[in-house]
Amino acid sequence: MCHDEGVSTASPVEVEPDLYHDEITVLAKPWVTIVWNDPVNLMSYVSFVFTKYFGYQKKKAEKLMLEVHNDGRSVVSTGSREEMERDVQAMHEYGLWATMERAE
Amino acid sequence: MSGFTRHRTSRLVIANFSGFEADLLRSLASQLVELLRNERAVPSPGGDPLEAMFDFSGPTSEPDDPVLRRLFPNAYADDDDASAEFRRYTEGALRDGKAGSAAAIIDALEDAGLPQRLAEDGLVIDVELAESDAMSWLRSFTDLRLALATRLGIEEGDEDYWLTLAEEDPRSRAHDIYEWVGYLQDTLVESLTT
Repeated sequence: MCHDEGVSTASPVEVEPDLYHDEITVLAKPWVTIVWNDPVNLMSYVSFVFTKYFGYQKKKAEKLMLEVHNDGRSVVSTGSREEMERDVQAMHEYGLWATMERAE
Repeated sequence: MSGFTRHRTSRLVIANFSGFEADLLRSLASQLVELLRNERAVPSPGGDPLEAMFDFSGPTSEPDDPVLRRLFPNAYADDDDASAEFRRYTEGALRDGKAGSAAAIIDALEDAGLPQRLAEDGLVIDVELAESDAMSWLRSFTDLRLALATRLGIEEGDEDYWLTLAEEDPRSRAHDIYEWVGYLQDTLVESLTT
């Protein structure tokens, strides 16, 4: 989250808007797309798909790819149910194993 | 062969295959097209025939074939109804897209001079792909690898097992082909990112 420069960080008043903002974000984006690890897809390909489809920078795409590889799964996008259905369909088009669920 | 590279001036993605390699790739792509179009993507084969004629929706249950189950997984891990609904709206289009991409590989190879029946030795098939065509090949290579891996039973970290197979074991040969398509795909990703 972006903090404005020049504002005192000592003030407790600042904490409130941030919490409030988080709640709004959760309400507005209640679904997530998850990509699961599989023994087939190449690491280079998975990163490439994340940059190509989501428009993520190479660094972020590789971080997500490594999460998939090491942790077995990664949340690759967040949004409305309709948006996540689009993303899951796109991932299946690319041959990645993806599912969607409500954000925790 | 050396896989795919990007031509410096034309920016086309290029590769050359031996006649044998091109024929093999065509055969893999043909089998995938057949599988995608074979198991019909329509629900309820029984029931009222008149009603079936006006039913344009897609399937709601998981495909029987394990390859198709991998290509079209359930979208909701723990909600069967939502998965069925998602499948109904997406599986037909996904199947058509994947079959179309595989068919485009066959067409490109034949346009580049691959004859219906491979006869002569020393044939070289030069393929030149615009970026959108290269993307379509890339996705299709994934489908081919997923299909081969499912048939072979590829698992995480099983690389050593495949090396222990006797050379004449047909699975060893199939695994070599799986690795080859992986190599092609890796060079294709590389050529698209440079």
